[in-house]
Amino acid sequence: MKAAISWRCCDATSCRAAGAAALRHSLVAQHGAERVKSVGCLRLCGQGPLAAADHEDGRVELFGGVAAERQLDPQHPFFTLQRSVVLERCGLVDPGCLEDALAQGAYAALAVCRQLAPKAVVEELERSGLRGRGGAGYPTGRKWQLVAAQPGSSKVVVCNADEGDPGAFMDRAVLEGDPHRLLEGMAIAAHAVGANEGYIYVRAEYPLAIERLRGAIAAAEARGLLAGFAMQLRIGAGAYVCGEETALLHSIEGGRGTPRPRPPYPAVSGLWGLPTLINNVETFAAVPAILRQGGAWYGAMGTATSKGTKVFALSGAITHTGLIEVEMGTSLRTIVETMGGGVPANPNGSLGVVKAVQTGGPSGGCVPAALLDTPVDYEGLQALGSIMGSGGMVVIDESLAMPELARYFMGFCVAESCGKCLPCRAGTVQLEQLLDRFVERRATGADLVQLEQLCGMVKATSLCGLGQSAPNPVLSTLRFFRAEYEAAIAGAGP
Amino acid sequence: MTQASPSITLQINGQPCTVAADATLLQAIRSAGLQVPTLCHLDGLTPVGACRLCLVDLEGHPKLEPACVTTAAEGMVVHTHTPELESYRRMAVELFFAEGNHVCAFCVANGACELQDVAVEVGMDHSRFPYQYPKRHVDASHALFGLDHHRCILCTRCVRMCDEIEGAHVWDVGYRGSACSIIAGLDQPWGEVEACTSCGKCVDACPTGALFRKQDATAEKQPHPERAQQLAEARTDRRWHNQ
Repeated sequence: MKAAISWRCCDATSCRAAGAAALRHSLVAQHGAERVKSVGCLRLCGQGPLAAADHEDGRVELFGGVAAERQLDPQHPFFTLQRSVVLERCGLVDPGCLEDALAQGAYAALAVCRQLAPKAVVEELERSGLRGRGGAGYPTGRKWQLVAAQPGSSKVVVCNADEGDPGAFMDRAVLEGDPHRLLEGMAIAAHAVGANEGYIYVRAEYPLAIERLRGAIAAAEARGLLAGFAMQLRIGAGAYVCGEETALLHSIEGGRGTPRPRPPYPAVSGLWGLPTLINNVETFAAVPAILRQGGAWYGAMGTATSKGTKVFALSGAITHTGLIEVEMGTSLRTIVETMGGGVPANPNGSLGVVKAVQTGGPSGGCVPAALLDTPVDYEGLQALGSIMGSGGMVVIDESLAMPELARYFMGFCVAESCGKCLPCRAGTVQLEQLLDRFVERRATGADLVQLEQLCGMVKATSLCGLGQSAPNPVLSTLRFFRAEYEAAIAGAGP
Repeated sequence: MTQASPSITLQINGQPCTVAADATLLQAIRSAGLQVPTLCHLDGLTPVGACRLCLVDLEGHPKLEPACVTTAAEGMVVHTHTPELESYRRMAVELFFAEGNHVCAFCVANGACELQDVAVEVGMDHSRFPYQYPKRHVDASHALFGLDHHRCILCTRCVRMCDEIEGAHVWDVGYRGSACSIIAGLDQPWGEVEACTSCGKCVDACPTGALFRKQDATAEKQPHPERAQQLAEARTDRRWHNQ
């Protein structure tokens, strides 16, 4: 067997935590520093630290473990069913090296776009059918068109990199693995809407992402790639509510990260009152590929209303934990059972059973195992009372009781509420205490009535998306697993 | 002579109502002689839409909207007291009472308290939610005034009054979620904040007994919520109410 010509070593947060530095060190000692490259996420995070060996004949071998002792199968459906668009360079390119990114096509789409009329760029985006990957799924082209149509010569492009949902690490992978892709997507957006300033709002809990972004911005600016577009990084203290666009803007302005009622929408009056385009990391990261290969190419992937691909962070009770990018419309069963390998066997040898899949984090809900054939797209998940969200996907097995899961998410919302509006500030506290009663099996029938009423009130009356969606994990588990709540009343149950 | 601003007509609880085109729904509701409860709103200060009591139902609109920050529009059909809204409002008032320590019998604002008034208005005679009995403190460090955090409902009227009308910005909100509290200066004792001009406008704006004059005993507080509007109008329209 021929020796590998080069090695790629994952140097993203999760692999670092698993010992990537030691792995890299041993590979360098064996093969020489010039043949070992640091790259971003190689996807199968649960087996980290990961290293890929590239052979002359194009063969790729994949290894996991500090001593690269576990050979992994690159032909496993976990890898073969992926469709890399946003992550096309993640794991291939050295995130700290502009030359490497340029050699692999970075900023090519930007150069082409700058020769086009802004209107043509927006039209290409509209043709692609791309929808916001932050969760709400608003058509990206329409949003760009709205901002482009605003009068005035000063406009702003903002990237929401405040990823904070439990079980979500998609944006982090892009930021750490291919930061130039985000800068390119934002620069294209700036050209399309007529903006001259850009901000990336990233949470302080992502130090590696911040370091890579800083390096990428400096390198791109030094090379003149961002000419006419001043890019700044803003580090947030790490509050979930700052992912809400108006709270995020307040925070960039140096104020307290609290949302305000809309309208006015940021497209009309955003950062410092200027027309502002806000998109999430994954949305911007999809843009260069769309502009390079055409909106029609992108729109041909996915379903009728949810086009393209989506990155998911697959975690929980599942054999293969990691990052996947699949075409929209792929069924949950394909993702969880075929790609993810299902629930691992119990210690006693019996097969693990999927109970539900939680999507969308604290704003989302649970899809029960019986509905695993649901295609993953905006409408499919919404019909089940869940949401796509930003792409966290947590697999739940029989060992977890649903009231406990609901209480976990409610506790998250209690801790992350900004406290500005009453229903979210005080309502979530009462909801968590009600859920305590179910978890501790001391609930009454009246508690169940109160739980549902209060969920309705918090959902209907909260000021921003955090409060309005905080009851979702409760409502969705009540919808599909009501028996568990009723059993808690009876004092019995599984 | 000032030009009359264009007007629009909308329907509130089945009753037609004509207001200036830039009026908020709250102004429209009040001009029609109707009422919706509010706690965070104070005429003269920037509205924030935080207490959620003034939410109204707009026909053909999927979400409930706060009347204080929603601009009235031609042809809008507004309902202010549907059974759903009444149920949510009552629940909101119960949540207010459960999250703080509101014991009216021992309060300076007893009888002159807007939270108390709203509770009466929505028919809240008890809270279905367990009281949280939060351990908060009383700041008596100021020579003239006091702040009893137990009675604070975080309406932020004091914050806005001090910032927008007095221009001192002594007050702000610190911490997050249920730990939120009004803070003076850099979270200092009020009496140590040099920026405080001791004007007392925050006390006048406070809807409950949270901010009070030290001389006031139980049920003796006399708030003056109208001061914000009077000062705002004096500055913007050059009109003093007492002349």
